[in-house]
Amino acid sequence: MIRLLATASLLRHRARTALAVAGVAVSAAMLLDMVMLSTGMRESFRSLLERGSFQVRVGPRGAMPFDGEATVGGAAGLLDTLRAIPGVTVVAPVLGASLHAPQGEGAVAAFALGVTAGSQGDYTLQEGREASGAGEAVLNDPMLTAVRRRVGDTLSLGTGFDPQLRTFTGLRTLRIVGRVRFRYLATEQRGVALPLPTLQAMGGDARRDRLSLVMLRVDSAADVEVIRAGIEAALPRVSALSTATALQQAEQRLGYFRQLAFILGSISLVVGFLLVTTIVTVSVNERIGEIAVMRAIGVSRGHVVQQVVLEGLVLSLVGTGGGLALGLVTARWLNSILSTFPGLPEAVDFFLFQPGPAVAALGMLVLTGLAAGAVPAWRAATLPIAGTLRREAVA
Amino acid sequence: MSDIVLAARDVRRDYQMAGETVHAVRGISLDVGAGDWVALVGPSGCGKSTLLNLLGAIDRPTSGTIAVRGQDISTLSDRAATAFRLRHVGFVFQRFYLMPQLSALENIELPLAEAGVGKDERRARGRELLSYVGLAAREKHRPSELSGGEQQRVAIARALANRPAFLLADEPTGELDAATGADVIALCAQLNADGTTVVVVTHDEEMAHAARRVIHLRDGQVVNEVHA
Repeated sequence: MIRLLATASLLRHRARTALAVAGVAVSAAMLLDMVMLSTGMRESFRSLLERGSFQVRVGPRGAMPFDGEATVGGAAGLLDTLRAIPGVTVVAPVLGASLHAPQGEGAVAAFALGVTAGSQGDYTLQEGREASGAGEAVLNDPMLTAVRRRVGDTLSLGTGFDPQLRTFTGLRTLRIVGRVRFRYLATEQRGVALPLPTLQAMGGDARRDRLSLVMLRVDSAADVEVIRAGIEAALPRVSALSTATALQQAEQRLGYFRQLAFILGSISLVVGFLLVTTIVTVSVNERIGEIAVMRAIGVSRGHVVQQVVLEGLVLSLVGTGGGLALGLVTARWLNSILSTFPGLPEAVDFFLFQPGPAVAALGMLVLTGLAAGAVPAWRAATLPIAGTLRREAVA
Repeated sequence: MSDIVLAARDVRRDYQMAGETVHAVRGISLDVGAGDWVALVGPSGCGKSTLLNLLGAIDRPTSGTIAVRGQDISTLSDRAATAFRLRHVGFVFQRFYLMPQLSALENIELPLAEAGVGKDERRARGRELLSYVGLAAREKHRPSELSGGEQQRVAIARALANRPAFLLADEPTGELDAATGADVIALCAQLNADGTTVVVVTHDEEMAHAARRVIHLRDGQVVNEVHA
């Protein structure tokens, strides 16, 4: 009977109930999106860094991977040293550079990676095979589209371009042997990968025997942090970054996002609380005579509280259910907008749904709705019956 | 007098209004026997409704005692008073106060459900009472689909749901036209004839004439009592 009364009370003013549910749904959607935002980028970076199973990244001292044009010299010696470290099972060197493909009167620029086929962790093959021969390259879709080539075609690429003289340096004709998708490039960013020695040779003296980054795969029994610290101690010209350290640095940079998400999420909770309290209070005030009569005919305080709290709970639950759907749709839409943000890897999601935090946050909203209903419920239950009936009769 | 159902002794009720003490009931004593029908009459503000609320344990006297079948109800806790009202008192109000979102049958079931009566038994009792008040065909109608007289009959049926010791009615014909009021008076007479003890506050002369005893109140005191 209490459930029937609560449901019937909500259905009595359908439009108002629908608006309240919509308000809670918007509040829940905002809360969910903030939770997804606060964890999304961190988890995306984690997933990105853990793909390929490289646990340590070695680069020029003081620079993040591909943060600027910095490279490390003495590549051959560095690689030998790293391969000799106990526990290191795979050493994957990478050189980053800009390449230019002559196209008519101009050129198409692309970001190039010199890698070792078979041990690279920078791209996934979509079609064809990896570039292992000296005259071979693999391209991503934006680059294939820009130069109007397909797998099997050839393409001339140079490491330097003088727009005034319109001349290219380090020009080579390479065969496109594969179509790939780069993990760390933005959606529309053009990319090329070719064997490391080829890119080093194309770069002339500036690139010879130089590397931008070395990725290390470590044996599962080895201590990654010990290896990382050992490298930094033995090789003062490089920085070694473990996945855990990289994530820590990323988290520091993403701190503002988390603070923003926390503040906006808290505001959502407060808005949800106020909304449910207001609606339930208005509803109780309208039925004050009925409630006094219920008490007069013997309905207990507890049951009056239950009925009113149940109304708040139903508003919160239905609103939260709608908010879940709304939040997911909004997050997908925002992700699609932000995925085109310049310089961010395509694989990074700003909004990532994780059941645990989402359930915790939405559960908190439902509990907030429960608490919001408790205030008017207690007021309803403690009405002085005789006084209320007298006032109602006079009114 | 037959068995005493209600016994009030030197009951007083004061309350504060706009900073002043109002002496609503000033030392009233009365007995109501089983099967009695008492009408409390008097001018507005004479303390009739306050006395009714005290007799029904929805208000507490400032002093004095009220006993129902020998049990003092004037000092009951809120929980005990609520349980007492549920089991022993049937209330009927001037404005009917049915739950607008419930059907006629569900309104009658409300106090039964509160008393923990099972669904089937509730339904059966609700239909029995609807039939008793002549509204068997209206069980699924909501209050808004019933006339004022019909709503008051449903309210009387609701008051009888838990087979109370007595029925307390506050101006039950106050919102009704003369013809419909007469129907409600007839229903009260039928109830009383069937053994229900009735105490009614009224301004309605017809209702007062129908009662077995008429108690006149003025300024919170009994000034006269007439037996039919």
